[in-house]
Amino acid sequence: MTERPFVEVNDLRRVFDVSKPWLNRVLEGGEKQYLKAVDGVTFNIAKGETFALVGESGSGKSTVARMVVGLLPPTSGEVTIDGVSMSNAADAAERRRLRRRIQMIFQDPYASLNPRWTVGRIIAEPIRAFSLIEGEKDIAARVGELLSFVGLHPADGAKYPHEFSGGQRQRVAIARALASDAEFIVCDEPTSALDVSVQAQILNLMRDLQDRLGLTYLFISHNLAVVRHMASRIGVMYLGRIVEVSEGRELFTSPKHPYTRMLLDAVPDVGMTGRQRIPVQGEIPNPINPPAGCTFNPRCPLANERCTAEIPPLRSGVACHAVQEGRLAPHIAA
Amino acid sequence: MAETLQMAPADMPAPTSRIGRFLDSDVWASFTRSKLTMLAAALTFVFIAMAVFAGVFAPQNPFNPAELDLLNSRMPPLWDEMGQAPFLLGTDEQGRDIFSAILYGLRISLLVGFLGVAFSATLGITLGLVAGYIGGAVDAVIMRIADIQLTFPAILIALLVDGVAKAVLGGHLDEIMTLSVLVFSIGLSFWVQYARTVRGSVLVEKNKDYIAAARLIGLPAPVIMLRHILPNVLGPVLVIATINLALAIITEATLSFLGTGMPETMPSLGTLIRIGNNYLFSGEWWIVAFPGIALALLVLAINLLGDWLRDALNPRLR
Amino acid sequence: MREGRETMSVPVLSVRDLRVEFVTRRGTLKAIDGVSFDIAKGEVLGVVGESGAGKSVTGSAVIGLIDPPGRIAGGEIHLSGLRIDNLPPEEMRRVRGRRIGMIFQDPLTSLNPLYRVSEQLVETIRTHTNLSASAARKRAIDLLAEVGIPAPDKRIDSYPHEFSGGMRQRVVIALALCAEPELIIADEPTTALDVSVQAQIIALLKRLGREHGTAIMLVTHDMGVIAETADRVAVMYAGRIAEIGPVRDVVQNPLHPYAQGLMGAIPSLEADAQRLVQIPGAMPRLSAIPPGCPFNPRCPHAFDRCKVERPEAIQHAEHRVACHLYDQSPARTEAVA
Repeated sequence: MTERPFVEVNDLRRVFDVSKPWLNRVLEGGEKQYLKAVDGVTFNIAKGETFALVGESGSGKSTVARMVVGLLPPTSGEVTIDGVSMSNAADAAERRRLRRRIQMIFQDPYASLNPRWTVGRIIAEPIRAFSLIEGEKDIAARVGELLSFVGLHPADGAKYPHEFSGGQRQRVAIARALASDAEFIVCDEPTSALDVSVQAQILNLMRDLQDRLGLTYLFISHNLAVVRHMASRIGVMYLGRIVEVSEGRELFTSPKHPYTRMLLDAVPDVGMTGRQRIPVQGEIPNPINPPAGCTFNPRCPLANERCTAEIPPLRSGVACHAVQEGRLAPHIAA
Repeated sequence: MAETLQMAPADMPAPTSRIGRFLDSDVWASFTRSKLTMLAAALTFVFIAMAVFAGVFAPQNPFNPAELDLLNSRMPPLWDEMGQAPFLLGTDEQGRDIFSAILYGLRISLLVGFLGVAFSATLGITLGLVAGYIGGAVDAVIMRIADIQLTFPAILIALLVDGVAKAVLGGHLDEIMTLSVLVFSIGLSFWVQYARTVRGSVLVEKNKDYIAAARLIGLPAPVIMLRHILPNVLGPVLVIATINLALAIITEATLSFLGTGMPETMPSLGTLIRIGNNYLFSGEWWIVAFPGIALALLVLAINLLGDWLRDALNPRLR
Repeated sequence: MREGRETMSVPVLSVRDLRVEFVTRRGTLKAIDGVSFDIAKGEVLGVVGESGAGKSVTGSAVIGLIDPPGRIAGGEIHLSGLRIDNLPPEEMRRVRGRRIGMIFQDPLTSLNPLYRVSEQLVETIRTHTNLSASAARKRAIDLLAEVGIPAPDKRIDSYPHEFSGGMRQRVVIALALCAEPELIIADEPTTALDVSVQAQIIALLKRLGREHGTAIMLVTHDMGVIAETADRVAVMYAGRIAEIGPVRDVVQNPLHPYAQGLMGAIPSLEADAQRLVQIPGAMPRLSAIPPGCPFNPRCPHAFDRCKVERPEAIQHAEHRVACHLYDQSPARTEAVA
């Protein structure tokens, strides 16, 4: 890779203060408590690529998404998009210009659209905010164009969000994301609130738009099959860290990290291939009090003493001592 | 008609296209189902109409000394054998027609009520929005003040503010100044409920993703608060405003009854009751009874509307 | 084997031509319109469908929890031969506690946060059996062990909030098992759980059906869960069963065009697809179910008859499918998928 990647995320961390209120701490005792939601996450996304972060609840994937778009300030680390730092004060002016090019699609299409606004006004808001088009007539024309772009009728702009189904609302949200001619769209579980047949419509639409407009996606999901369908590269997150990064298909044919393997084994098998699988053990530990060393060690069949003491670094795509020491038996591929 | 008037602030800021939408809504359906609510709305509407058009409905202008005749003083109501037209509900000591006085008094009471509600709602909504959206120390300060104020009865605060205002502005105030002080003191004593409710709703709304989407395109906080959050937190405010309208009218009546409210030269219902109170034991019961009944009916009707509105707008009770 | 048993004995649950309506001021909505199915002893029937298909309402109807404005407008529900859809509420409550167990999506709705798990389990056991308090407690510990809660003798005295989501769902399953019910209705039991926990709960449900002979009605939107757990599956669409049959057949060789579309729409971990199969449009709202076959506006194979005549369920190999394409009568066209 010679040129600089479009999106660079470098050692991103985010700590939340989850302590009880001050008065309760004084009266009941107890220390301040911190939750490391994201703990040293690094990845790059090339232009026109779909990079996915997959993980279970509490893995910190949505927190990463919010930091990347700038909704949440990172505790440390840096996000750089097209060479502009999202946190460096010196880049403030350029960051304002960058903002137009970054958009987000949210999980719940019932909460991501203002219920008191017409769909047309919702889609027009970014156009107005960035003064992309002058004149009400031209804005209305552009809104109509965007609506038909995502498979809705231009006349639908006069309706309110509650008049649409979940899938149609998500189309409206996509139209809003496209309204400012965004190039980079962060999708936070965009289809997990939708039914499968509607999910297929939305995923197809998102891929079509990527092909037509050359969009770059950061795709957040808990659904491995959806991620496999959408992403060119995938990062697997567990308790705030990326445990494995891999080219899309490779993650599924030759998963390396024990957690990835366990996760793949846990996915219900629609194909009913009757594949061999290891029974899943345990649950995700409390993120306020994560295990020392590799956070996966209490559930890991390969854990040894080193795993309970040292945090494994991400090396050639895997953060696992067992893999790096060659203790890992080759996986019986699915 | 009365009904649409009551509902207008909630659902129909814009005309035509929304009227059909509204007539089809669950709120309207629950309204037409409840006979009591329709009666209360009709009553409220009649009261408001009579107050607004007091000059048309009243046989005399009770504030115009030229229309008063001492010979007509202390007349009983019309149905009493001593009664005399056109004094439907009798007259007071100065020959003032009680019915006319009630209409004009109603006008003052409703005016103070509406203005007091508008003032307290504006203050409360603004503080609630700011506290909820900005959070942190700003939130803590605003809400602690609210907590402290809640430990005092509203009437006490109104009395206090009223007293302070009069002391600051000098001993004798004209009618308009008195009215302004009343609105101000009632407003200050009722803002807490709006602020708390709005803050609660804001805390819910501001975590919804449509706010994140608005922040993402760089809208400043005041714009997000006004354009996005405010319209979504007004539902509960409307309920409080309706119930508080009744409370404000009662508070004003209480202040006037205690003598710190509207003067006899521009009496509200409370002032009329205070005046009439003096004649209660000398047999002229109508001077106090009819203003009292009017006040009770008005407050009851508005409260019934408020109760219904609370149920109708609460999806869990529907 | 199973077919033999089904014909030999009375099914645990038998639903015949069930209709559920919701009366609103805008008219009567048919949420369930003529649904029939059986569940045999030890069998897991998966009921799958998208939101609005009526799968949860079907479950609620079986346990007698349709509240006004909803009502059962027709049909019969039999539990091991006993008709239960018209029982008085008091008797139905007893049936529900003793003979039908329930597991819901959110385990917190089934557990009282103010009582220890032990109290809730022991109380339920003693309501339905005449065990002594200490025997009931022992049984409760056994149940917790059976659903896979580690150190059950210690955890039993915890409060519900002290368990994690997956463990809480296990407690709910233990609670549902207390009275050794013949039938368990599980409504989206794994939807709120993470994949790794979901797999454990699925395995648990499967084992329970096998070991206790409990019939399970598993309501979910997740085809993967159904494929893993169920013996037979009913695919619902707009308040009707589009197709019902052995799970392997329905998943790998669906007959109804809706079921075909649904299977194709699921992204797979194995197969590569540039585009997913997509069914155009969306499930109709209850107020606007089209006449004839409710799927006809979205169906790629629809013909004239589909727009006017409602398809009845037709036996086709081991499936029953409600689609005119499989009608063997003369009116049938040659357009079979």
